[in-house]
Amino acid sequence: MCIKRVILLCFLLLSSYANAALDIKNWTTKNGSRVYFVESHKLPVVDINIMFTAGSVRDTEETNGLASMTNHLMFSGSAGIGEQELMNSFADIGAQVGSNFNRDQSSFSLRTLSDKKTKAIDLFKLVLHKPDFDQNILARETKRYVANISQAETMPEAIATKKFMKSIYGNHPYGFPSSGTIDSLNRIKSTDLKNFYSNYYIANQAVIVIVGDVSNKQAKSIAEELSKGLPINKNIKDIPDVKKVTKQDVRISHPAKQAHLYFGTPIMKRNDPDFFPLYVGNHILGGSGFGSRLTEEIREKKGLVYSVYSYFMPLFKKGPFEVALQTSKDQVGEALSLVKNTIQNFIDKGPSEKELQASKDNITGGFALRFGSNKKIMNYVSMMAFYNYPLDYLKTFTDKINAVTVSQITTAFKKRVDLNEFSTVIVGVDER
Amino acid sequence: MFTLKELNVKLFKILVFLLFIPMGANSTVHKHALDNGLKIFVKEDNRAPIVVSQVWYRAGSLDEVNGKTGVAHVLEHMMFKGTKTTKPGEFSEIIAAAGGRENAFTGADYTCYFQQLEKSKLPISMKMEADRMQNLVISEEEFLKEIKVVMEERLWRTEDNPEAQANELFNSIMFHAHPYGKPIVGWMNDLENMTYKDAEEWYKNWYGPNNAILVVAGDVKAEEVFKMAEKYFGKIPPISIPERKPQQEPEQNGPRISILKAPSKLSYVQMGYRAPTLDKNEAVDGKDQFALEVLVGILSESSSARLTQNIVRDSRLAVDVGAGYSMVNRGNESSFELYATPSESVTTDQLINALKSEIDKIKKDGVSDDELNRIKTVVIANDVYQRDSVFYAAMQIGQLETMGYSHEILEDYISNIKEVTSKDLQAVAKKYFTDDTLTVVTIDPQPIDMNKPKKGKPHVH
Repeated sequence: MCIKRVILLCFLLLSSYANAALDIKNWTTKNGSRVYFVESHKLPVVDINIMFTAGSVRDTEETNGLASMTNHLMFSGSAGIGEQELMNSFADIGAQVGSNFNRDQSSFSLRTLSDKKTKAIDLFKLVLHKPDFDQNILARETKRYVANISQAETMPEAIATKKFMKSIYGNHPYGFPSSGTIDSLNRIKSTDLKNFYSNYYIANQAVIVIVGDVSNKQAKSIAEELSKGLPINKNIKDIPDVKKVTKQDVRISHPAKQAHLYFGTPIMKRNDPDFFPLYVGNHILGGSGFGSRLTEEIREKKGLVYSVYSYFMPLFKKGPFEVALQTSKDQVGEALSLVKNTIQNFIDKGPSEKELQASKDNITGGFALRFGSNKKIMNYVSMMAFYNYPLDYLKTFTDKINAVTVSQITTAFKKRVDLNEFSTVIVGVDER
Repeated sequence: MFTLKELNVKLFKILVFLLFIPMGANSTVHKHALDNGLKIFVKEDNRAPIVVSQVWYRAGSLDEVNGKTGVAHVLEHMMFKGTKTTKPGEFSEIIAAAGGRENAFTGADYTCYFQQLEKSKLPISMKMEADRMQNLVISEEEFLKEIKVVMEERLWRTEDNPEAQANELFNSIMFHAHPYGKPIVGWMNDLENMTYKDAEEWYKNWYGPNNAILVVAGDVKAEEVFKMAEKYFGKIPPISIPERKPQQEPEQNGPRISILKAPSKLSYVQMGYRAPTLDKNEAVDGKDQFALEVLVGILSESSSARLTQNIVRDSRLAVDVGAGYSMVNRGNESSFELYATPSESVTTDQLINALKSEIDKIKKDGVSDDELNRIKTVVIANDVYQRDSVFYAAMQIGQLETMGYSHEILEDYISNIKEVTSKDLQAVAKKYFTDDTLTVVTIDPQPIDMNKPKKGKPHVH
């Protein structure tokens, strides 16, 4: 199928719609795991998500890829039960398991029918509490990682994103390729995974979200059980702050027909005081697809690209502000100047009142859509829970969006967004 | 990064396998037709105060002719470029201001436009969909800009993506005569020579109430939706729909094998066999189709399925594998496909043989009771999970009805799946998976001539 426009990443990262009706219960287990629970009996389904601060931000240059590999091997055998038997056992009761991994987070999810939940949760506990990290499986999966990395090294988009993160973060772990490098992966041993697990897959930092067809009492006992089998580590390393690096201007040749452009710098972290003006401002600038300035200037008026967007990706520490597009090689220069002019113009003059109102209408008018299914509730509450947002975040969200003014946006952009600090990466430069 | 390839395989699964897991017996779909031929389907779901509205046109790349491939998709883009009373982009602006999300997609069988909104906003979407069903303005100026966007889309989607190129080649050699051999996005040469008049012709031919279906799902009352549809769509006159010729792919007598040279590190195999779709008149029972549906699950539904277990984990010949089959479509021609990326130093021939030997094992031994029960359990559980998504429920109805089936075929889906036996799987494997109906495309990776990365000069503003 061809889709008219790409679903924008920023919706996932920053989507923030309040629903006062969403009743989130919150408590802490004996071992210190934070728990968030939304009760809903409309479907006979239970969803569980457990998150650890164990993303690639925990890697070092030496062990780059360790965090990702640990996440990847969690379902590959537990307590001596082999991976196939384990996977069959989940399938035999129709339970679905999944994992998620990014720079800050490593997480694992379970979806089960409510009448199968006891068995499903027992299996899930085995996975979380007793991973084997078998050396032989590690060797096999290392080869698969290496194959994928070699392939990615031929793909312009993958080359560009990797180079972009390196350019804006230097030696900070946010700049590491999250799946590691061929060299570093080949150094990783089974004992490294076990140590990583003991250090970071810990009860005292785990965040558990439960959504669906269980009572409050059942949720308490499920969370307690999930938490108590996890390691405890009171000496967790702090995540290093992001240091300013010299901006880079990188051009890489590639035989592909399109050039891939990435432009940006680290700007905003979670719970940032400027979050609301920056978020609403970017919604107008390039975060909302059609109607946003970047899409209007570069796609609608000029037909230069299929997709162009900008987003803030707030992380524990300063996450990237990023603009990305793909266009035929001979047009990339024109596209880059349009991007720069559009952003600079926005910084200088800010949005119009009309644009601001349109964005507020869009953001607040659609809040119900964010909670239209158990899956969506799970995704949203997980984001809030992991980054420790205040519980009244949803209740106050609409008011905070509506309170944003043109001058707040202009001030925040002038203070925080400086094109002179932006790095540029273009893969597929025009050789003519 | 790592999951890019895996994602592709998963996507196939979602689109092909999970797609026709039904909504369950307790779900009532309300149906109504307007005098002008517009069919309306409503699925009530009051879990949240939201509504999904989708307008489906029975017009896709299946209906295109040589020299004008891609026009269905181009028209989809033009549908956002204004009507007699709205400006280009205004549709999107109005939906955004209502707090909604909207988009559209084009397939071989259909083109679909959708909005997701807070429930009280449904009239806005109906009013505007009705407007662009009859009053679209396709200006040459807007067309010339948008066709560039579509060409960029093709470069990004296909031309710079070796696996997508392989898939395009695969379809074109499997289907010589049938339009499923042509890419949905269109050949580049056709896009380059397309004019706004081609888009206008497409719109005139296919966009009208008697070639469309409206599906509404969410916190609504069917009777109110029908009244609202009458108000907004009721006055649109029906169109005269061009005759559709039955198109059939001639019998295949012998394997079709092709090699794609593409800049890549890894090789890739896409292989498949011609396979049947469910009969729309139910004149023929769907026993074979349901057996093939179970078989694709046995081979690749989850990480406990055979292909991953045997070829990725045990023999380690591949770094990724997958399978796909669709038992329903409008064009009455389907395929049962396998995809794999060989491990380092494994040749595509070795991998093809390994995939074929998995098929031979089915032919010879069938599957164990455990495996069969497992896949049936997964199908039944997924049926419950799917009820979580209002959008999906609407999509399923829209797809089936646009393809020419009744959505009611979903009601017997689970009982049909439950009836499949190991012997049935053996029988369909023997019947359909023969070398004479095999099509294979492999990628022959070419080194990439990348000059050494060079640093540019600092910015000049």
